[in-house]
Amino acid sequence: MNATRTLATTARVLRQLRHDPRSIAMMLFVPAVMLVLLYWVFDGKEQQFNSTGASLLGIFPLITMFLVTSIATLRERTSGTLERLLAMPLGKADFIAGYALAFAILAIVQAALATGLAVWALDMSVAGSPWLLLVVALLDALLGTALGLFVSAFATSEFQAVQFMPLVVLPQLLLCGLFAARDTMQPVLEAISNVLPMSYAVDAMNEVLRHTDVTGTFIRDCAIVAGVALLVLALGAATLRRRTA
Amino acid sequence: MMNLSDEPAIRARGLRVIRGSRQVLDGLDFDVPRGQITGLLGPSGCGKSTLMRAVVGTQAKVTGDLTVFGEPAGSAPLRSRIGYVTQAASVYRDLTARQNLEYFAAILGIPRKEARTQVEQALADVDLTDHAEALTANLSGGQLSRVSLAVALLGAPELLVLDEPTVGLDPVLRRDLWNLFHRIASEREAAILVSSHVMDEAERCHRLLLMRSGRIIADDDPDALRVRMGTATVEEAFLKIVDAEKAAEIEKGSAVQ
Repeated sequence: MNATRTLATTARVLRQLRHDPRSIAMMLFVPAVMLVLLYWVFDGKEQQFNSTGASLLGIFPLITMFLVTSIATLRERTSGTLERLLAMPLGKADFIAGYALAFAILAIVQAALATGLAVWALDMSVAGSPWLLLVVALLDALLGTALGLFVSAFATSEFQAVQFMPLVVLPQLLLCGLFAARDTMQPVLEAISNVLPMSYAVDAMNEVLRHTDVTGTFIRDCAIVAGVALLVLALGAATLRRRTA
Repeated sequence: MMNLSDEPAIRARGLRVIRGSRQVLDGLDFDVPRGQITGLLGPSGCGKSTLMRAVVGTQAKVTGDLTVFGEPAGSAPLRSRIGYVTQAASVYRDLTARQNLEYFAAILGIPRKEARTQVEQALADVDLTDHAEALTANLSGGQLSRVSLAVALLGAPELLVLDEPTVGLDPVLRRDLWNLFHRIASEREAAILVSSHVMDEAERCHRLLLMRSGRIIADDDPDALRVRMGTATVEEAFLKIVDAEKAAEIEKGSAVQ
């Protein structure tokens, strides 16, 4: 790993985005708009808004970063820039860390906006510290980046890359406890939900929502999300080949 | 003892590449010397790009002996010594020309201050100083491929591997770029391996490797080639060699039958 090359890559990714203000606006403000919509949907049902809203705060960064990373790395692969970079003295870890850092910065801004809006404007009552919500959001963003990088290796076009979103994200969304409590699910489904990382992300959000202190469950959830993210990042690194056919 | 500079920049012996079930390069032997421009010519699909990718170390399934500056092709110490331009412009379309160059300079590990002058020089070399701040997506095809070429010039590489760098450029620009290649080869003692399917560019090379379906069918300098084949141009020489080969293949085929 080389800090200069990692940071140069982060700066480059952010510069690319700066030339695309519409994408930035959508990344930053769509989650906030959705939360307002949710607030109106659950008009007066404070309890439901709290738990669904908190879950969504964990889900948004994952979806956004999954999409941007899978498309961005697919572009690197198809435009030849990845081949050029790997023919240069760039470590794969520098490449991945550069991307992860750039999207983590975006995720922090996105999550700060959404969380701030939820807690202060929409009166979401969070027992724990809102900062912990940000920590979970950041880990989810990392997980989204990792999954996006990994699946981009299996997509040969941008059409395919976006189709991976429902494939990878929707099952997690359905089974994460947002629609039905996980312990009330049919045992097979519950078992599946137990191995999907988003379940733990949503669980962590709800821990912060209900407990004033940092609970052991919260720490376990965060560790699982972070662990899966790092594992998938390593798998993603393995798909970056210097030599290709 | 052999003088280090006598050692060729690229040395290939029995170079083979398999892609799928097809043998794309079929046991090639050649040297690319330093301080000269070696032209790699042949029809599209004959394996020029594959050969170049093998040299820079991005091609999979390479067998045989292939060394660059005495090191196995693709090994880590070579990565900052080779400038490589792919056929399609490999630059970020959502960055300006200057931002592209600044990023790749950082990846090459060029110190900041030095990078600034090198970026300016590279932009000037490819005549893009006036378009440095334009998003590359808005540049013309020829300008875009020159941004890609400028990236390869960063860090004063000792070997330039250029895959059809002058395709789609107007005659004035093409001449200027060839002058630049000659300057780089003579001033820096750099080796340049440049591919083209336009035969008139062959006349501008010091040495030629003519390729046809995965094999090298001639390895000579342009003058010697023309004299040997008794033709006025390299193009005619190439066609004469190909025709002779085809005739030999047909004869061989009928002999087997």
